[in-house]
Amino acid sequence: MIRRHRLSAALVLVLATGLTAGCAGQAGTAGAPVSSGSAGSAGSSPETLTVFAAASLVGTFTALADQFEAAHPGVTVTLNFAGSADLVTQITEGAPADVFAAADTKNMARLSDAGLVAGTPTVFATNTLEIAVPPNNPAGITSFADLARTGVAVVVCAPQVPCGAAAATIEAATGVTLTPVSEENAVTDVLGKVSSREADAGLVYVTDVAAAGTSVLGIPFPEADRAVNSYPIGVVAGSPHAGLGASFARFVTGPGGRVVLEAAGFGTP
Amino acid sequence: MALPELTGRSTARGSAPAGPVTLGVPRWILAIAAVGALFIVLPIVGMTGRVDWAHFGSLVTSPSAVTALLLSLRTAAASTVLCLLLGVPMALALARSRFPGQRLVRAVVLLPLVLPPVVGGIALLSTFGRRGLLGQTFELLGVQIAFSTTAVILAQTFVALPFLVLSVEATLRASGARYEAVAATLGATPSVVFWRVTLPLVLPGLVSGAVLAFARALGEFGATLTFAGSLEGVTRTLPLEIYLQRETDPDAAVALALVLVAVAVVVMVTAHRPRGLS
Amino acid sequence: MTFELSAVIARRGLDVSFTVAQGETVALLGSNGAGKSTVVEISAGLLRPDAGRAALAGRVLYDLGEGRPAAWLPPHARGTALLAQEPLLFPHLSVRDNVAFGPRSAGASRARSREIADDWLASAEVADLADRRPTSLSGGQAQRVAVARALAADPRLLLLDEPMTALDVAAVPAQRRLLHRVLAGRTVILVTHDPLDALALASRVIVLERGRIVEEGPTRTVFAHPQTAFTRALTFGLDLSAGA
Repeated sequence: MIRRHRLSAALVLVLATGLTAGCAGQAGTAGAPVSSGSAGSAGSSPETLTVFAAASLVGTFTALADQFEAAHPGVTVTLNFAGSADLVTQITEGAPADVFAAADTKNMARLSDAGLVAGTPTVFATNTLEIAVPPNNPAGITSFADLARTGVAVVVCAPQVPCGAAAATIEAATGVTLTPVSEENAVTDVLGKVSSREADAGLVYVTDVAAAGTSVLGIPFPEADRAVNSYPIGVVAGSPHAGLGASFARFVTGPGGRVVLEAAGFGTP
Repeated sequence: MALPELTGRSTARGSAPAGPVTLGVPRWILAIAAVGALFIVLPIVGMTGRVDWAHFGSLVTSPSAVTALLLSLRTAAASTVLCLLLGVPMALALARSRFPGQRLVRAVVLLPLVLPPVVGGIALLSTFGRRGLLGQTFELLGVQIAFSTTAVILAQTFVALPFLVLSVEATLRASGARYEAVAATLGATPSVVFWRVTLPLVLPGLVSGAVLAFARALGEFGATLTFAGSLEGVTRTLPLEIYLQRETDPDAAVALALVLVAVAVVVMVTAHRPRGLS
Repeated sequence: MTFELSAVIARRGLDVSFTVAQGETVALLGSNGAGKSTVVEISAGLLRPDAGRAALAGRVLYDLGEGRPAAWLPPHARGTALLAQEPLLFPHLSVRDNVAFGPRSAGASRARSREIADDWLASAEVADLADRRPTSLSGGQAQRVAVARALAADPRLLLLDEPMTALDVAAVPAQRRLLHRVLAGRTVILVTHDPLDALALASRVIVLERGRIVEEGPTRTVFAHPQTAFTRALTFGLDLSAGA
């Protein structure tokens, strides 16, 4: 009788520790990793490259990863998209990233301050802001100053995120102060509120307007040049695929990458 | 036939007090329970270990933090009141009356419990948003719900209401309708029965349901973010403030998270009493 | 305050029809499941029969059946008061406020209803319990308070459903004496399975078996000359020679 009780108790404890140990082994990957292309086929030794990229790079980096895999048989590129700050947190917590592409230099600096960037990051693209409105432009927006009109429900990014910092810079440079109805954490949320017509206008990236197609109408404005976000790419220190990672970074900053990025609306650095 | 030898441990508890013997829980069950409790406690303890205690004071008393906390408390309180006003009649209708489709209605009413809060936010947008079912009517009447504090209260009420309804309904079912029947035979109209018999008797379930609803409203995030937006002083409740601080100041985020945990613990400990058998 | 009732519930096999004269206490006897409590619930308005009619002091309580418009008075409008096996005193009110509940519901002021309550508590010989909480009372005390509460509502018809069953055996005679005193002159239906209750309190008995009335008549007559096996078994060994 006694032995049976001890046995069941021990069994339970073993199960519990086994489960927790198993879960601990998969630390860090918060965003769903996107794998493009097939797994390693015949050819040179199969390698998997893990790339962490800012959310505004979804379309372009997926295409670039496809091209890179085609050029390097046996290589699989796994992509993880999230807000730049989130990605920095994940990497500092030990997530297995080989390459990091940020939406602004501030977040890349945070990573290198933590000693997690190998070498010097390279800026591969720039992005500027554009006004997005619902297709029928209900508030009749034509300029940046129009956004500050009373009665216009304008949505921007919070100053703590790169697109919000850019908006704040433009406000300071032009002397036009906006009174937004909401400050979102992610530019995708700003876009969402505009395309669902909850907001009359929003400040998003040029590339977001291009990718949104017909769901929003883009209104470029000259003052956008006052705040340019630079996108740096760097290899994560201590990566077991440093060589391949550097190769990918060179591809992105090279002419092949330039074509894809420009097509999406990114500017040249 | 000889009797088998009696085995089994005799627990030499000579120091136990005299009186009724409580038959306890098997030890291996307690072991699992301990694991479960650790599962919840350890992350909180781990977070406490990350707090920058040197700057804790300044981090939690920054203007944006104080604004967010006060907004959270105000909106959660208003949502709890709204939950009470709507939830008690709902619980009564579900527990004490009969109507066709009752089971379906009950399932739908409890839907916010299982829906991801963001989905709740989307649902609220489609109704109260500027393009929503009712939103357009409200706009015409000059009532602006989108991006307002009202939207925050609506979002919190949406997710917290099932907690209150469940708690009150359970209490009503447990106590049965006997006292109401007696009251009726003594000449009390249904309204008098409600105010003088039903409501006083359901009070314990009401209080614990209100506490749960308040705690849930306090921690609401997904529906608020999607439906009400995020603007300091208007819609940026404490959970949203924490989410924002994570972008640039993780220390502030952790400190504020600890504040939220502390408030929730205080609320639960002081007000929530498990309903025993009365 | 004559009470007439006829009721049919097909599902339960109930089919009864009887009258209670003003000021009369009628005992409803029968084995478990005979339908005694059902009749009481129908009278109080807590159960709806398939067909039948009931009237109290000329006022229709219900009138149901095919071929005529349905009439139904809810319990609070009938002028009946129900005293069940369990006292069911409201736990959140004091004893006095419990007894005052009926007058309060009828519209009396708080002060006046408390006066009425005190009078009835005195009548039930439990005036000293007025400020106590129901949870602190013994079974017998609670039942006395319940009697006071039912009477304070000034019902035209008092329904007692086995009021002695849950009591401690020692408390039964005292309760019987109390009821004997307060029921005098009232129109009462008393459900019981104890023939002693019928003898002590009721001038007439109605015996139910499987939902039908099998015997009816003055208490002593029915008990002295039982016509059915059930009544014979009920009154077996009962000595009727002693006075009431």
